[in-house]
Amino acid sequence: MDRFVFLLSAGLARGAVLALFALSLVIVWRAARVVNFAQAAMAVAAVYAAFAVTAATGSYWAGLLTGLASGALLGAAVERGLMRRLPHHNPLPGIIVAIGLVMVLQAGLAIAFGPEHRPMHPPFSERPFIIGGVPVLSPYDLFILIAAAVVMGGLALLFGRTSLGLQLRAAAFAPETSRLLGVRVPRMVTLGWALAVATAALAALLLVPTELGLNPHAADLLFVNAFAVAVIGGLDSPVGALLAGIGVGLLVSLVTGYASAAAAPLAVLALLTLVLLVRPGGIFSAKEARTA
Amino acid sequence: MSAFACKDLTVGYGDGAPVIDGLELDMAEGAVVALLGANGAGKTTLLRALAGLEPARSGAVFLGGRDLTNLSTEDRVRSGLSLVPEGRSVVVELTVDENLRLGGLWRHRARARKAAVEEMYELFPPLDRRRDAAGHTLSGGERQMLALARALMARPEVLLLDEPSLGLAPQATAQLLGVLRATAARTGLTVLLAEQNVTGALSVAQRGVVLSLGAIVADRPAAELAADPALRHAYLGF
Ligand SMILES: Nc1ncnc2c1ncn2[C@@H]1O[C@H](COP(=O)(O)OP(=O)(O)OP(=O)(O)O)[C@@H](O)[C@H]1O
Ligand SMILES: [Mg+2]
Repeated sequence: MDRFVFLLSAGLARGAVLALFALSLVIVWRAARVVNFAQAAMAVAAVYAAFAVTAATGSYWAGLLTGLASGALLGAAVERGLMRRLPHHNPLPGIIVAIGLVMVLQAGLAIAFGPEHRPMHPPFSERPFIIGGVPVLSPYDLFILIAAAVVMGGLALLFGRTSLGLQLRAAAFAPETSRLLGVRVPRMVTLGWALAVATAALAALLLVPTELGLNPHAADLLFVNAFAVAVIGGLDSPVGALLAGIGVGLLVSLVTGYASAAAAPLAVLALLTLVLLVRPGGIFSAKEARTA
Repeated sequence: MSAFACKDLTVGYGDGAPVIDGLELDMAEGAVVALLGANGAGKTTLLRALAGLEPARSGAVFLGGRDLTNLSTEDRVRSGLSLVPEGRSVVVELTVDENLRLGGLWRHRARARKAAVEEMYELFPPLDRRRDAAGHTLSGGERQMLALARALMARPEVLLLDEPSLGLAPQATAQLLGVLRATAARTGLTVLLAEQNVTGALSVAQRGVVLSLGAIVADRPAAELAADPALRHAYLGF
């Protein structure tokens, strides 16, 4: 029982990070109808910027802000400089360019910073609280959960309650109609990319201190799992990303704890297959919508 | 003074023959003009080109003396030219209220926007009853109302409408065209109305133009056009 509670609480923090990263994939998908295969490499590049600033100033928070800002800038730059120039009638050019970008970014980071794992220190202790003799969340896990909740709540408010969010949603669903209503659609797409990569950078930044350390490939596995999460939730659905993220985080944690770490990716794959068999669009996909 | 004009407009798809070929059109301020023509005559193409959605091969578009030719669709809209496109242009993922607000975002600040939305609900009571309904739950007639109301939110000077009566029952069509006529009379809105429903369109318009083979082949007062059997027969097929 103790073990179960511990695994659940560890899975919750892991799930929050997964959900954040999956949400970033959903945001790009909704803004531009592409799966950004370079999201992990771009996020890690932003984490390197955060790492450098934290190393120079000694402040985790300055690094955090730098990571978010450079993620946003990188997202906007990649959309303006690369993705916008590709033909959109077929998804292949976008995928190929994204994979090329992964190679360039990862090689560039390895050349600039070296391929080794650089330890990153969390701003809070990773020693779990003991409640009634049972180890539960650590302060850092709690920080992850709060940060993820704040960002998701902020994004939900932005998209659901503001004029900017209304334009972002409209531009994603119906670009031509939106242009006819005076919405500057290209700007909305750029903004979507900026928001998405900043969110992905935050997820990577939260993850790295709990793993081996910072390395050009530090978010690769996160991307694979988050991609599965986004597909399970329905690529179109932020709520799906959140719930599937938490679900998969718990699943991975329980399978790792009770079986083995090697079995966890298989469990994710099995879940993904099952969901795709039963609901090919993902659990929370909206089916009725676009026909016009 | 002419509110809206296009000069020598030529539009085509790919490297095919032009669909609109050297078209000239001039509309006085406050005019309601019916744009008629057989299926495939190029009405939709013309309206889309005027709104900047299809690139023109040559020619120019003027609104109140201002040259819009090199502006993007967004900027033409922000200059006062709105298009209600063919078919169901409602953003089905958004609610009725959100669709309406979207139409007036660049035009109004928050409070004025709210007032403008309320004004549209007064103009279209069926929308008022469905404020929070998602777009995809609306009927065809409600969608057309919403598309028109949403365009009016921006208080355009010139409104282009592409077959608003498509798929609507006669009564719904009459209601929609009635609101259009009243709004044009009240606000001085200039309207170019593309329609297959010739009788309906000519009953709200002062003037009718007939499009055929990429050019305007008849341009008459609406009453005259409606009453001339030879002309109707030649270009409109009835
Ligand atoms: N996207 C397109 N690509 C190529 N040709 C097109 C395209 N859209 C329209 N056309 C052609 O242009 C011509 C004019 O079409 P358009 O849709 O403008 O006619 P319309 O007058 O609006 O007809 P309807 O009354 O049926 O709506 C037609 O011959 C049509 O086949
Ligand atoms: Mg048409």
